[in-house]
Amino acid sequence: MSTSSFDYLDRLEAEAIHILREVAGQFERPALLFSGGKDSIVLTRLAEKAFRPGRFPFPLVHVDTGHNFPEVLAYRDQLAEQLGEKLIVRKVEDTIKRQRLREPGGKYPSRNPLQTYTLLEVIEEFEFDACIGGARRDEEKARAKERIFSVRDEFGQWDPKRQRPELWNVYNGRIQKGENVRVFPISNWTELDVWRYIQRENIALPDIYFGHERRCVVLPTGQLLGLSEHLRLDEDDEIVTRQVRFRTVGDSTCTAAVESDASTVEDIIQDLLLAKVSERGATRLDDNISEAGMEDRKRNGYF
Amino acid sequence: MSHSLMSKQMDLLRFITCGSVDDGKSTLIGRLLYDSESVSLDVLAALEKRQASNGTVDLALLTDGLRAEREQGITIDVAYKYFTTPRRKFIITDAPGHVQYTRNMVTGASNADLAIVLVDARQGVIEQTRRHTLIAALLGIRHFVLAVNKMDLVGYDEAVFARIATDYAELTNHFNLPAATAIPLSALNGDNVVKRSVHLPWYAGPSLLEHLESVPGASETAAPARFQVQYVIRPQTAELPDYRGYAGQIQSGQYRRGDRVKVLPSGLESEIEAIEVSQQEVETASAPQAVVLRLRDDVDVSRGDSIVPLAEAPTLTRELEATLCWMSEQPLWPGRKLLVQHHSALLKAAIPAILYKVNVHTFARNAADSAQLNDIVRVRLKTALPLAVDTYLENRASGSFILVDELTGDTVAAGLVEAANSEYFTLPIGPPVAFSI
Repeated sequence: MSTSSFDYLDRLEAEAIHILREVAGQFERPALLFSGGKDSIVLTRLAEKAFRPGRFPFPLVHVDTGHNFPEVLAYRDQLAEQLGEKLIVRKVEDTIKRQRLREPGGKYPSRNPLQTYTLLEVIEEFEFDACIGGARRDEEKARAKERIFSVRDEFGQWDPKRQRPELWNVYNGRIQKGENVRVFPISNWTELDVWRYIQRENIALPDIYFGHERRCVVLPTGQLLGLSEHLRLDEDDEIVTRQVRFRTVGDSTCTAAVESDASTVEDIIQDLLLAKVSERGATRLDDNISEAGMEDRKRNGYF
Repeated sequence: MSHSLMSKQMDLLRFITCGSVDDGKSTLIGRLLYDSESVSLDVLAALEKRQASNGTVDLALLTDGLRAEREQGITIDVAYKYFTTPRRKFIITDAPGHVQYTRNMVTGASNADLAIVLVDARQGVIEQTRRHTLIAALLGIRHFVLAVNKMDLVGYDEAVFARIATDYAELTNHFNLPAATAIPLSALNGDNVVKRSVHLPWYAGPSLLEHLESVPGASETAAPARFQVQYVIRPQTAELPDYRGYAGQIQSGQYRRGDRVKVLPSGLESEIEAIEVSQQEVETASAPQAVVLRLRDDVDVSRGDSIVPLAEAPTLTRELEATLCWMSEQPLWPGRKLLVQHHSALLKAAIPAILYKVNVHTFARNAADSAQLNDIVRVRLKTALPLAVDTYLENRASGSFILVDELTGDTVAAGLVEAANSEYFTLPIGPPVAFSI
């Protein structure tokens, strides 16, 4: 068999499995950050390919903001059980109380920035030396600059000017006590690659990725935000019922839905091939605060 | 187009762009993304907010993602960008051109199949062009494109292009480098980047994108089989009490069930009992597949060990000669102790001697007693335990390693194995010789 029979998805898959096994080989206490979104779901499939018939050499860790979609939480618990792997859940709610943090204000109160505090707490609690995440370089311009093994200091900070060179597929995970490495096995995948992989591997996803009817509030930008108890609505807010799906699954307070009838993965791929707006641009309310919004949050320890 | 039609035959090409500061690398990448309709509307809208006073969109801002880069208008760190055409998926490594960031260029070149060397049509071939070409060739890149940019600023003059293409061909001939495909273009205006340009009627060749779509992609078939153990899978469950699987990625070549193999460094021999890919047993597997190998005999195998064919084993050595791209502000001096990370093998090493420093403009060899940041040096390396290596020329995977500072954990050098048998070690320093790959 010649290597030309491997297409790009085969290559991306092999690269990601290689990275996961390097984590297992190089670190003593790694963790897989699991949000219940499609990227971290793909990571669990890749971990099965990397480590079965053995167990995962890491637990799944979910930082629960308390603003998650209930469908996603149900999926999370079910997947962990089905995999037979350990799931650790830590709640932003508890961090807020413990660290006396201020709850976010505004009409659409996003706890997204507060996740960083809980993440750093859980890293400290379990002394995780590596945290695997499903971030992709195509998501955002600061992410495009990040290494696959990204060293963070004891405060979780990323310093883009002091990144280690990353050569060939040799990943250097040596760190000093207190430091931590964030590892991104699907760095080189795009949103479309993820969906094609989900299709090829026939991976089940939370229902909210597929078209469904939902009551939404229309934002001033025209974006649709699913109604939830966490929003502080006014009388004159426009509430509509639309056929929508989610392209990305973040908090219900900062992740907009897109109008779509797509009911299968195939439909979603067709949608994407025609989409003119990027994943984060379409759905995230928190990246557009400033041009360096993501870079600044990553410098502060955001995953 | 239907995605099912697209996905199966599509392969992957990784390329790097190199050239001097202000040659327009970021603009070229921006143009490739923009004209291939790979830029989303929201990203464009953000760009338009920052448009220049003359109303044009600055495409370079698509790749310069860091605050400091936008402030200074230069590329500091490697950025990775992705785009797809019906033929191919591309991973672009946008490496900085500035001299002080050579290490980042080496980082980018280490994973690339092709290099686009940008030249400003007004400047022609300059020192940076030579330097980047030589470094890219040293790192094993076999496909070169000479992109003669800013043709609009020389009146789309054929003679200017022809002279630069000839100068560059002399350079590659002199150093025995692979011949480059020369393409005249203007990244700013989009001439010959994605679409062929009406301004360049005298040019009969492909546009840059057409060329990128047609060059051969990555291939790891020719080399002998190489595999290093990353992780040992031992479920130790009631159903699988004795299962021991050696997990890793096939680095080159092919493995077949029943192959006679040798484990290095121990030298113990066995036979491949099973090859598993995604928990399915297969008869054969080849690079770059991630697999689990099981051996017939219960031999001692751990992370970092190589499992290789009996007939075509790599050299097992504790002493070798290597070219280093030194990447640390802390200089290298002879006698320094470091860690060598040869893929999944990590062991102590020392550098007893710096043999010479390579002049990256001429590739002449000069005596040196230390290596500074961004220097390229030939050294002798001694390791605490034997390493299973090939030369980089023979095998990019088993011939490459990094050096790590034991105290800080920093990656301080990229290493290319040049000779692993002492009989092939460098003779005393002689006159400059042509670089040959």
